[in-house]
Formats: sequence, C-alpha cells, structure tokens
Amino acid sequence: MATPVLDKVEAEAAESPYITVTFRIRRFNPEVSADAVWEDFHLEIDPKERVLDGLHKIKWDLDGTLTFRRSCAHGICGSDAMRINGKNRLACKTLIKDINPEKPITVEPIKGLTVLKDLVVDMEPFFQAYRDVMPFLITKDTNEPTRERLQSSEDRERFDDTTKCILCAACTSSCPVFWNDGQYFGPAAIVNAHRFIFDSRDEAAEQRLEILNDRDGVWRCRTTFNCTDACPRGIEVTKAIAEVKKALITRRY
Amino acid sequence: MSTTETPAPGIGPVEGESLYTVDNPAPLIEAPRQRTKKTPKSTRGNFEMAAWLFMRLSGIVLVVLVIGHLLIQLVLDGGVSKIGFAFVAGRWASPFWQVWDLLMLWLAMLHGANGLRTVINDYAERADTRLWLKGLLYTATVFTILLGTLVIFTFDPNIR
Repeated sequence: MATPVLDKVEAEAAESPYITVTFRIRRFNPEVSADAVWEDFHLEIDPKERVLDGLHKIKWDLDGTLTFRRSCAHGICGSDAMRINGKNRLACKTLIKDINPEKPITVEPIKGLTVLKDLVVDMEPFFQAYRDVMPFLITKDTNEPTRERLQSSEDRERFDDTTKCILCAACTSSCPVFWNDGQYFGPAAIVNAHRFIFDSRDEAAEQRLEILNDRDGVWRCRTTFNCTDACPRGIEVTKAIAEVKKALITRRY
Repeated sequence: MSTTETPAPGIGPVEGESLYTVDNPAPLIEAPRQRTKKTPKSTRGNFEMAAWLFMRLSGIVLVVLVIGHLLIQLVLDGGVSKIGFAFVAGRWASPFWQVWDLLMLWLAMLHGANGLRTVINDYAERADTRLWLKGLLYTATVFTILLGTLVIFTFDPNIR
C-alpha cells in the first residue's frame, strides 16, 4: 500500500485484526443427554470473517464433536442455514462484524424441524413438502427432451424471483405457522410451486394450485413476513405466496 | 460396555456414556409430514379459500358498519348520554337500522369466530385441545347470533 501517510498505515497494520469472540452454541447429542445445552467457545478471529469460519475454527481446533452441515460454504448450496443471534441466516453469508461481536454470538439449529445432533436437523418434512408441489416441468403432450422450449424474456421475468431459491429452509423454519404442527407446506414449497405455476412453458399450474388449495396450503399463511426477512437470497417470499393466493381466487371466476 | 469387537484403526471409542444400545434403541420421532394410515387422503376443498375471502370482504364492510354505528351511538347528536330504551326502540322502528344491526351482528360474529378458529388451529397443538376449544367457540358463536337475531326480529317497543 503506497500511500503518502505511510507511518499511520504501518501503525495500523501492526495492530492485530483479531478480536476475541464468544460463540454460544446450542449443543445436542442424543447419545449423551436428552436435553440440549448451551456451550460457550472463545476464539480469536478476524471480525471480517464469517460465522462459518468461526464454526470451522471450533470444529478443527477446539472441539471436533461439533456437528453442522455445510457444503459449498459460499451461499449457494443452502446447507448451513442456522439461527444466528435469533435470526435465520446462512452461516457462510454472515460476517462476524455485522452481528455485534462484543456480545456472545448465539448459534442454534433452525426451528420447527427435529434436531438430530447439534446444528443438524432432519430436513425430511421440508423436502416432503417440496416434493408435494411437483417441482419439475410438466407438459401435456410430451415431457421428452425433444426440442428447446422457447419463452419470451417477459415470460421468464414473471417468475425470475422464485428461481433463486436454494432450499436452505431458512424461510420455512422461520414461519410461526410451520412451528406449530409442521403440517403447513411452508414458504419454500410455495415459492418452488410459484416458479412453475407462472412459467409459460409449464402446463400443470392447475394441478399445483389445487395442491396448494389444501387445508395446510397457502391459506394458512398469515403474512407475517418472517420468510421474506429470513431469505438469504432476497426472494420476496410473502409476495410470491400472495400471488399464488391471487391466482387461486381469480383462475376460474 | 464390553468391547469385544476391535474398532478399526484410526477410530477412537465413542465419547460419553451412551443412553441407548441395540436392544434399547433411541426413540423414533415421527416426521411431521410423513404419510401414515391416519393421514386423510384429501384435505382439499374450497372452504379455506372461502374463509380467507370472507375475512377480507367482511372486514371491509365491517369498517363502514362499525364506524357508522359508533358515530351514531356515541358521537353525533348528544353523544352517549342520549342512549336509552327509547333511543333503541326508535331506531329499530325503521327496517333500515334493523338490517344494519342484523348485518353487523352476523358479519362481526362470523368474522371474529373465523379469526379465533385460525388462532386455535395455529396455536393449539393437540387434536383434543383443538376439538374442545373449537366446540366452545362454535357454541358461543351460534348462541350469540341466534339470540341477537331473535331480539332484532321480535323486539317489542311496548314491553313492560
């Protein structure tokens, strides 16, 4: 760094960027205890690093039994959604400096799904709801990949927002209706249904709407906007749900 | 734990005392959306949609009805001090106010009951609790609606 004020820069560089951060992690191991407990870890970390880096430091250097999911670690695979400081976020997209490292950083598994160990939950109910809305292209005549299916850019734009979903479950596990009995389809499934309902190439919109007209479908949405707040991809989830409701009301009448 | 089997090299013993063994396996927690024999085949129908629409539409109508009602009863022409048996009797002499009050009674009761029904569905976790709370709710709703309707239609201004 060739700056005129070299002295000052050198003085700053000499200071360590590391700060001491407390990670307060919700630990659960069914083989040891039936109860989950909070455990504190203190570590030296650069505040510009991510929460995931902190978890890695703990797992690699302090306690190898800490269990969590992560795959790509760059906000695309959707494996590491967790409840950080009481909000659902991706650990790999949350910088430590952004969540007040002066206080302990709480890390919990996402709510509403059965915890298997530490931060790992059983995602099966979530994916069951996803499968229920048939998240694949359905056409009347032929589903075979015969030729390219063309679409205007406006038609593509119609459902662009909901194609961004990475199935991390941050939205569904932030939904208070899903917390109750887990029967509600959940925002993620509705978002992925929306992606096909409003796709001009797809011809099973009627079927998908009928599935979401279920007792536990879109009508259980209370528009609390928790899902929109939680989405790490910035999808306007509540708006997508409202569009599905509107389509259900206006499709026949 | 008697370790007769030798673990593969590189794998240490499991830390901590295990609560469960092969003969005493950990309890299986059933996944919430799992399909079982008890799962109803189809819970689809337009009732939830109708209820959702009803809430929106009745809400709009109720804003007019209730604000009008409050204005007439409490604000305009002398305010709350003018309300008495004679005032109510005078208003109910006109079919217009009878229909107004009847509509307000029905819409407000059904709107409120449906709102509470969704609250019960969202918050009561056990099926038994739901059944009892909803039973109580429907009984109270039907009773109030019937009583109110009866009074509006059979109101006698010369009652002694």
